[in-house]
Amino acid sequence: MDRPNMDRIVVSDISKTFQLKPGQFVTVDGEATDRVTVLDGVDLSIRKGEFITLVGPSGSGKSVLLDIIGGLTQATGGNVQLDGRRITRPDPKTGYVFQQYALFPWRTALANIEYALEVRGVAKAERTATARHLLALFGLAGFEDRFPNQLSGGMQQRVAIARALASNPEVLLMDEPFAALDQQTRELLQGELLRIWGKINTTVIFVTHSIDEAIFLADRVVVMTARPGAVKEIIDIDLPRPRDGDIRASAEFNAYRARVWDVLRDEVNKAQKDWTLSPAFSH
Amino acid sequence: MAYLTEKFGSAGALHLFAGAGETVAVARVPAIKASAKNRSKKASHGTFLYGLPLLGLFFLLWEIAPQLGWLNRIFFPPLSEVLVAWWALLASGVLIEHIGISLQRAAIGFALGVVVAIPLGLLMGRYWLFEKVSDLLVQTLRNTSQFALLPVFILLLGIGEESKVAITFYSSVFFLLVNTISGVKSVDPLLIKAARSMGTSDFDLFRKVILPASIPSIVAGARLAVKSSLFAVIGAEMLAAKSGLGFLIQNSQLMMETADMYAGILTLTVIGLTVNYLLVWFKRWATAWKGQSETSLI
Repeated sequence: MDRPNMDRIVVSDISKTFQLKPGQFVTVDGEATDRVTVLDGVDLSIRKGEFITLVGPSGSGKSVLLDIIGGLTQATGGNVQLDGRRITRPDPKTGYVFQQYALFPWRTALANIEYALEVRGVAKAERTATARHLLALFGLAGFEDRFPNQLSGGMQQRVAIARALASNPEVLLMDEPFAALDQQTRELLQGELLRIWGKINTTVIFVTHSIDEAIFLADRVVVMTARPGAVKEIIDIDLPRPRDGDIRASAEFNAYRARVWDVLRDEVNKAQKDWTLSPAFSH
Repeated sequence: MAYLTEKFGSAGALHLFAGAGETVAVARVPAIKASAKNRSKKASHGTFLYGLPLLGLFFLLWEIAPQLGWLNRIFFPPLSEVLVAWWALLASGVLIEHIGISLQRAAIGFALGVVVAIPLGLLMGRYWLFEKVSDLLVQTLRNTSQFALLPVFILLLGIGEESKVAITFYSSVFFLLVNTISGVKSVDPLLIKAARSMGTSDFDLFRKVILPASIPSIVAGARLAVKSSLFAVIGAEMLAAKSGLGFLIQNSQLMMETADMYAGILTLTVIGLTVNYLLVWFKRWATAWKGQSETSLI
């Protein structure tokens, strides 16, 4: 906050309470309630071009926070500013990548990427050219006409990232994008993401459950508390870039791993004892 | 839904190969799809070939039962006589005329059904208040027989084309509407979220996400609707018309020209089968992105 010009995203005192539908309730701390507070007093400043990873126990509201920053969910309290403007709906400067790819199954790989440009009114020739370029950037040249169900999970997620980057976003929000992939593909894509991020200098907020992934990718790891989520600690990752997979075996990396886990452990334990879903809430 | 799960399941299995090198996975995808396709082809060929002897036996019985006096050939002429009558009707151009009129009535009613049901269904499926308000009326209308309403259509629209089109419209519109609504309701919310994250407007959301995602369900409804409107037009023509296949069948029975009557019935069967195969083909084409292996022709 002492260098406001450098801050791209400023999250101020964000809270979020979900009001359940009539007849639904959850048990929190042994008491039945129809309201659940998932975020409470989140403060976070993110610098331009920074790679931030968010880790925290299940239920700490990481994904909800991402949705609020993306303008897809309204906060109950507090606000988020992007370049000094308050976010109330999806911003054209923001791209979003989901865990389950969320590709349109009736569109080919190329047409999926084009979609992002189509809804922004970009001319046909230009959007095709951009989409082709992005597919090639992700090593998917030749797969333009494949439908999502003809692509492996890793390829689908590459297309989804390409789609999010198509509009040249200044902020990329990623909600556990590699969680559904096997370990090898996951590490491959982490490397690719860093390589591409290095070229385009986009600000990235990346939610993950994996401590390794969080450290490998990040400039700063933000550790969230158990529900209701808030920022517990922010850990600077001073590992040299460009990073490759070998860095995971280094002593520094191990030290960061121990450090993050140390901060996270109590919260994970708390989360284990947290609210349980009643059957009525399961849908 | 089971189908989707199967698809996602197989995509999940592919990750195992992806780790060793993405090109391996690429090579496997068409292989898996091809084998599924072969299996479905084999199965549908099998159905056809296995079914032929019994159908042949049915036609054979039709031929010999009247010939041997097991059935009264005045009421039940042998197949060969029916085919001769059919050829005569075809050669004189009478049959083609009746076919054309019936198909035209069914097609206009169905087309009106599409124009009304799809936009309405998109709204009803998306906005729950819209559906809550209109659901009871839709259910009431849907469960009223189109044939019971034929006298009403005739009173309101006269004995001419309008009342025939009205009954075919009525017969198709609810299949289309109900399936459009259920298609819209089963759109993956994640796709809508993804679309919104890219700044999709409400209008584009309908046009570019909800409608295409609902196409498989709408096409399934369209198949039922086409059949229903074909049935309805024949019924209406039997009850109140001076042309069309339904009229031909009914009139031939009244005139005791039973060979012509059966010729009309056979023609209907052939049309029904042809339309059904066309619709199956259309469904495959319209939902090719699902990479489906559906064999059902029912």
